[in-house]
Amino acid sequence: MARERENPKIQQQQSSSVLYTVEQLVAVNPYNPDILPDLENYVNEQVSSLTYSLDANLCLLRLYQFEPERMNTQIVSRILVKALMAMPAPDFSLCLFLIPERVQMEEPFKTLIVLSHYLETTRFRQFWDEAAKNRSVVEVVPGFEQAIQAYAVHVLSLTYQKVPRPVLAEAINVEGLSLDKFLEHQVTNCGWVIEKGQGRGQLIVLPRNEFNQPELKKSSADSIPLEHITKIFPILG
Amino acid sequence: MAAASYDYEDPSHYEADSATHRPQQDHQPYDPSFVPDSVKTFVVHLYRHIREKNVYEIHQMYEGSFQKLSDRLFKDTPWPSVDAVAPYVDHDHVFCLLYKEMWFRHLYARLSPTPKQRIDSWDNYCSLFQVVLHGVVNMQLPNQWLWDMVDEFVYQFQSFCQYRAKMKNKTEQEIALLRQYDQAWNVYGVLNFLQALVEKSMIVQILEQEKEGLEQFTATDGYDYNGGSNVLKVLGYFSMVGLLRVHCLLGDYHTGLKCLTPIDISQSGVYTIVIGSHITTIYHYGFANLMLRRYVEAIREFSKILLYIFKTKQYHQKSPQYEQILKKNEQMYALLAISLSLCPQVKLVTEDVNTQLREKYGDKMIRMQRYDDEAYALYDELFSYACPKFITPSAPVYEEPLVNYNQDAYRLQLKLFLYEVKQQQLLSGVRTFLKLYSTISIGKLASYMEVDEPTVRSILMTYKHKTHVVDGDGKVTSNADVDFYINDDTIHVVESKTTKRYGDYFMRQIIKLEEIINDMDRVKLD
Repeated sequence: MARERENPKIQQQQSSSVLYTVEQLVAVNPYNPDILPDLENYVNEQVSSLTYSLDANLCLLRLYQFEPERMNTQIVSRILVKALMAMPAPDFSLCLFLIPERVQMEEPFKTLIVLSHYLETTRFRQFWDEAAKNRSVVEVVPGFEQAIQAYAVHVLSLTYQKVPRPVLAEAINVEGLSLDKFLEHQVTNCGWVIEKGQGRGQLIVLPRNEFNQPELKKSSADSIPLEHITKIFPILG
Repeated sequence: MAAASYDYEDPSHYEADSATHRPQQDHQPYDPSFVPDSVKTFVVHLYRHIREKNVYEIHQMYEGSFQKLSDRLFKDTPWPSVDAVAPYVDHDHVFCLLYKEMWFRHLYARLSPTPKQRIDSWDNYCSLFQVVLHGVVNMQLPNQWLWDMVDEFVYQFQSFCQYRAKMKNKTEQEIALLRQYDQAWNVYGVLNFLQALVEKSMIVQILEQEKEGLEQFTATDGYDYNGGSNVLKVLGYFSMVGLLRVHCLLGDYHTGLKCLTPIDISQSGVYTIVIGSHITTIYHYGFANLMLRRYVEAIREFSKILLYIFKTKQYHQKSPQYEQILKKNEQMYALLAISLSLCPQVKLVTEDVNTQLREKYGDKMIRMQRYDDEAYALYDELFSYACPKFITPSAPVYEEPLVNYNQDAYRLQLKLFLYEVKQQQLLSGVRTFLKLYSTISIGKLASYMEVDEPTVRSILMTYKHKTHVVDGDGKVTSNADVDFYINDDTIHVVESKTTKRYGDYFMRQIIKLEEIINDMDRVKLD
């Protein structure tokens, strides 16, 4: 009787793993403990090459969950930093759901959870302060700052039609000349417009979308789809 | 029979479990080799119907006779052993595996399995699934039975994990047994069986081809009318639901939903034919979406199935699954109450369901809006009542002092959920204020809410972030009922009015009128 581990694919994989990319490995065989080292390497590769794969990382966390003694906390911490960078997607929570509570109580996870909390509640001032205190955790992952800035811009664009310059500055943690440069770039590439505020510095006009201008989406909701109208064609004729 | 599913591990169940417990009393000894005549008749007929591929009769015997015999003869003893009935069915290998599957299911539902029986049941599933996977099965079995197999397989896995995690009162023999059979109900084994059934059955491709009209599956309820077997295909199909459930039990909601994507949840399909499968699918689908903050999706699907249960539950009163249906029904109302408290989109809920919801949770939902300690306690209560039975899939570390860890997984999921609730704490307050104005300045709102201006700006952005879901492709969807935008220092509020679909209404009326006129024309002609 089959008391031994039911894993028909293992052998097949060992012989041909060189031919697969890690993404394919995960897709073809998501429940195979043997791909764990590949997945760990892949996390490091994501860090150095500025790429990201939630599915591969969840797969690795799952394998850690099944065999906690194989967990590598440094890798886990990199996965979590990457997940923070994926905001506004809920990836950070998705990862936490799979990490044992006793691990979450330790550093650097405690810090990362605090950082996530500030981002989730859009308290950017506190976030940047806390991040500055923990450079060793976040700075090992290139592109961290830019990714969080992109998230801040995303939330601002959902919220504001016109945002005061200091609010923007705080959210993306950029000031003075660097901010001017940043704005210049956004004006040329993303359709931002800079206005003079009423006496108190600049206002930045963000591109309109259906979220900072909710009227935009209404128009589409009130139309009748063509296939419904076709039903009365015979009658009209 | 499928009452053996879901969750019946009340504490007493487990206490009984941990000792080597013989449920049969001395004065009524259970003789596994004694086969009453009615059982002889039962297995002989069932065996014949299976050979003749008479799905209707198989279903009758499976749902009806087995249940009746169990009630009459095996209320608190197991059925006769497989060895005792084998002579009446030509010692047919596959039939004996099926018989044993039912034998264990009955045992789990009515008695408590011993540790060894848990392991033996695992072995039986291994043998059964291997036979199916090797394609040597040519039977046609009822969907209900095939669903029950997958459902029970996952249930017994969950039950085993709970049992194993209660290490504190284990006897030395039990621990020795666990160590000896460490591959029994191993999480890799469980997942790989389900995955293998999905892949080997080619069900994903079949469903894909069906969309293009090249294949029939849903149209024939999964049955094969060309002489083939439906067993592998339908087991593969239900295994996708099984994978969703296992992943939810593990807290892996993203992967769980991914496993279900081949099934189009917005339409009925083979999963809606069996009520147990329908409920399990939507319960886990909704729960996973709730944990992913896709509240609108959760609300929509819960509302739909709760209406369905509300309208059809009377037909299931005599079914062995009735109690489970009612329990999941109540749990889904609790999950709906949670979803609506975090995302007040009542217009997505149909009137009948809303009335029921108010009756059950109206009072609690009002208190949950307040976000004080009491509200927090209510979220805790409802979540704990309605969540799946989370499991820790790893084996205990036998070298360390033995502690119970069966609650760890549940506590973690609860904690993270309440964390989310806390992050949304101030949102219902700001929503209430926004509803009162069409425009209001940041400063004024700050003084009403008794916080400073930067805090108000943060709360407003949090509101936007939490009410706007971003999916994998970067597409943003708004879940907000009250929306707004800020222009410098002024908040402009836009309440999304229920856009009445007058157009569709008139279309329907036009067609109706036309039909009436046609009818009347016909009357005149007569």
